[in-house]
Amino acid sequence: MTDIDRREFLKIAGVSTVVGLLGGWKAVELLAPGELEAKYFPKPEALTAKRWAMVVDTRKMDGETAKKCIEVCHRIHNVPDIGDPKREIKWIWLEPFENAFPGQLQEYLAEPLKENPFIVLCNHCDNPPCVRVCPTKATWKREDGIVMMDQHRCIGCRFCMAACPFGSRSFNWGDPRPFIKKRNPEYPTREKGVVEKCNFCAERLAKGLMPGCVEASDGALVFGDLAASESEVRKVLGQHFTIKRKPYLGTNPQVYYRV
Amino acid sequence: MADEGNKVVDALRETGFFKPKKMYDGGKVIVGIIILFALVAFPFLYNVGKAAKAPEPEIDTPAIKKLSKAERVCVEPRPYMKVNHMKLLTDWRDQVVRQAKRDYVGFTKKTYTMSLQNTCLECHSNYDNFCNRCHTYSGITPHCWTCHVNKPKEWAAGKLKEEK
Repeated sequence: MTDIDRREFLKIAGVSTVVGLLGGWKAVELLAPGELEAKYFPKPEALTAKRWAMVVDTRKMDGETAKKCIEVCHRIHNVPDIGDPKREIKWIWLEPFENAFPGQLQEYLAEPLKENPFIVLCNHCDNPPCVRVCPTKATWKREDGIVMMDQHRCIGCRFCMAACPFGSRSFNWGDPRPFIKKRNPEYPTREKGVVEKCNFCAERLAKGLMPGCVEASDGALVFGDLAASESEVRKVLGQHFTIKRKPYLGTNPQVYYRV
Repeated sequence: MADEGNKVVDALRETGFFKPKKMYDGGKVIVGIIILFALVAFPFLYNVGKAAKAPEPEIDTPAIKKLSKAERVCVEPRPYMKVNHMKLLTDWRDQVVRQAKRDYVGFTKKTYTMSLQNTCLECHSNYDNFCNRCHTYSGITPHCWTCHVNKPKEWAAGKLKEEK
């Protein structure tokens, strides 16, 4: 060890301070959001939520309204109408009570429940099994609860279809384009070999619009933020008894049915 | 060094390495080599001076013509777009699908909606004479168009020939 006198110590301390300041300044520059990151923004009019959810008011949802909702959804998203039930693609469709709510079927079920089909769609589960099994992260749960799909990354393995207990996912066995009757030039189609499903109209929410089926439903479908106590879904859920599909499976569906 | 080299040459000479050997079927072999050379060289010789012209993608669509000269710019400067449009589109895809961000601030500070089918193709509505010119020239088949519609208006109206 060499001894340093007061003068040398001050010199070293001064140089160290300058070097440290320069380094710190550079670090701040490096860590600050880059030019690229600052170029992407959500649209100012976008609808956002902590937890999107839907309530189906089955008392208001008659056959006509349901047909309209399905028609609108499938037109907006270029969902093909293939006709063959083995190859059909569906985002939102109808099921009889015993198929939609197995385990909740009673011998003497109320007549309207027995007769009317139920409108069903992806439940955007809180604990989505499809996400757990996807090997490519082509499907994932967004922070606002929407179970999204990235068609670019789907390899068509259909694990998600096997995992989903609600049959919400469909597989494109062939090119869907020839079967798209009503075409929306603003939305892409899918290609052979990918899985698809309802996306809670994420592309419409991003533009500040409610989902297509909700708009077409005349109030039979209520959509909103579960985390906001004054939202319409919370009001409906607070005032009426609702059921969920297959709650015993633990996927925690976020589409509620007022029966 | 030179001495050692000579030693090796001498040793080789003793083994008969430098004695001329007879080439079996020499004529046929040489003719064969000449034919092989001719075949390999044929495409190059045939195409000498006939280089394909560099493609010139057209940027004179109605939507672009409507813009004033100052407004006639893409989201980023032209040289950047020429080289990096595919990277930009990949970034757009990830931002839109994964991050739910749909607005892009271009280099002129103008805000664009990040959409291949709705924003890019609005100006570049001439798929055949814009995208395809370079892609054909460079032998590239992008996977965009199996899902995204390259001619949205014609497609919506059912006017595309390739429809089955």
